[in-house]
Amino acid sequence: MPIWKDEKKSKREYVEVTPSRAEDLWLRCQSCGELVFRKKLAQNSYICPHCGAYFFLSAQERIASLVDEGSARDVTAPLVANDPLGFVDRKPYPERVKEAQRETGLLDAVAVVEAEIGGHPVVLAVMDFRFIGGSMGSVVGEQLCLAMERAIESRSPFVLVAASGGARVQEGVLSLLQMPKTVLVRRKLAEAGVPYIAVFTYPTTGGVLASIASLADITLAERGTRIGFAGPRVIEQTTKEKLPPDFQTEGFALAHGMVDQVVPREALRDELARILAILDGGRDGG
Amino acid sequence: MVDEATLKALEEKVTELRRLVEQDGLALDDELALLERRLEELRREYFAKLSDWDRVKLARDPRRPTGIELVEQVFDDFYELRGDRLLRDDPALRGGLAKLSGKPLVVLFHQKGKTLEEQKRYRFGMAGPAGYRKAVRLMELAGRLRLPLVSLVDTPGAYPGVEAESHNIAGTIAQCLQTMLGLPVPTVAVIVGEGGSGGAVAIACADRVLMLEYAIYSVISPEGAAAILWKDQKAAPKAAEALGLSAPKLKDLGIIDEVLPEPLGGAHSDPQATAATVRTALERHLSELSSLPLDKLLSLRYKRYRHAGSYRELEGRP
Ligand SMILES: [Zn+2]
Repeated sequence: MPIWKDEKKSKREYVEVTPSRAEDLWLRCQSCGELVFRKKLAQNSYICPHCGAYFFLSAQERIASLVDEGSARDVTAPLVANDPLGFVDRKPYPERVKEAQRETGLLDAVAVVEAEIGGHPVVLAVMDFRFIGGSMGSVVGEQLCLAMERAIESRSPFVLVAASGGARVQEGVLSLLQMPKTVLVRRKLAEAGVPYIAVFTYPTTGGVLASIASLADITLAERGTRIGFAGPRVIEQTTKEKLPPDFQTEGFALAHGMVDQVVPREALRDELARILAILDGGRDGG
Repeated sequence: MVDEATLKALEEKVTELRRLVEQDGLALDDELALLERRLEELRREYFAKLSDWDRVKLARDPRRPTGIELVEQVFDDFYELRGDRLLRDDPALRGGLAKLSGKPLVVLFHQKGKTLEEQKRYRFGMAGPAGYRKAVRLMELAGRLRLPLVSLVDTPGAYPGVEAESHNIAGTIAQCLQTMLGLPVPTVAVIVGEGGSGGAVAIACADRVLMLEYAIYSVISPEGAAAILWKDQKAAPKAAEALGLSAPKLKDLGIIDEVLPEPLGGAHSDPQATAATVRTALERHLSELSSLPLDKLLSLRYKRYRHAGSYRELEGRP
């Protein structure tokens, strides 16, 4: 999926990659053109060793890059999308879902694990932009709610790594209702006093940003992220405004008070571990 | 087949003739009666086979009663409260105190305009962060004073712009959701025109959600869906059909509770009758909700939104 086509104005650290298949041993960096050995890339947090560009992470790769080795237990509920509207655009929605499942090895656009980060147990939900643009439909909404309920149950912090183009159009208003739905359970999480950390990755936008993602206790943005409610083209078309060069970048979000920290990818795991350690101070004495 | 343009032309003719008869006292009663009969026939024909795209156009028709027009006819003693207590007052999302059957409540509503000048002033009903901050403020007020909250939804969506993004429009909408879902009072939303995505749901996550018959409620505009999914602006009518945005469809899906019938020709052909329908429905739903103990009200709300969605368990997975 071409994600940088209309972003020439600002230099980004993310690069466009064709959805990586597990069998590809070598991946080409779209930024510098070099071929990179996949294993080496994984060891380097999926940052190009030649030019420093960020490769697009799948949910599985993201999980592996964040959690203590061997600590992750997949607790994603076995749920799949229905087709409540019988939605057909250029292809039927069920076909799109099946394709995305084949491409990503996921059931829908989010994976949930119980894991440890720096020795601290968490419930970690990671969205995958490759799955229909990381869009939030009924399954994503339910998975996020189940994940938060699991966090309440186990009293472990909830960590959400967001990557989403917004609500899933193909499920209509049912997708829109995932906004109040996830916010409702987020309220329960707050009542239970369980911490919630959000990490905005490329891109965190639309209905996901306007609901669950914006309501964390602590919010980090990975460097190179796009953070915004409306797409730049919609804004330009509707308002004829000229967009500032840093518009909707992580720096823009930081400058406007929307996130606590901007973190380079290679530091994300340690940053999370540090926060978790502070929050967990009473329990393990640091 | 009757098209929209023919219908509109005849509607204008009838309005003009009525004016001549009523104001200038011209003896054109026979002509008027004839045209009115013809108009009713045309309307019956047109409204009998309304496409979803026709409904989109009806929902957006600037002749439809706007927020303030409905509020003034549905409620008594509307007293407007302004400002987000931070930066400004957003005219596209308004609210205040009002009374319904003698009981006080808080009302929130999107405001559109009828003339181009008004439309610009109200930014076509697209509110920014200040509007949604004001909504949070009025929701909190309703919660503190234990007043029911009613919202009338009519927006193409939240305002997309550099300033809106700079002032965290997304986070403000999230706060609206968070606040509204936690209110210890009955909440009823009526989608009276356009229910456009996040900007609509922000004030529509209520205990009861009602819709006027020709209103629409959608995750994205048909034009937006056409551009993204069909890669073709001209596919908007097709997208409208696919999105399931009509009131009857949303009732079938269990997303809304009730479709409020509009007069023949749509809300604008008889705003008083439309307002009366809204008022009666609000009285009924608010009285039902007000009779519930608070814990019951909150648990019903929790169930309603916790179980929103459509998915299935995967079979045969280890
Ligand atoms: Zn490179």
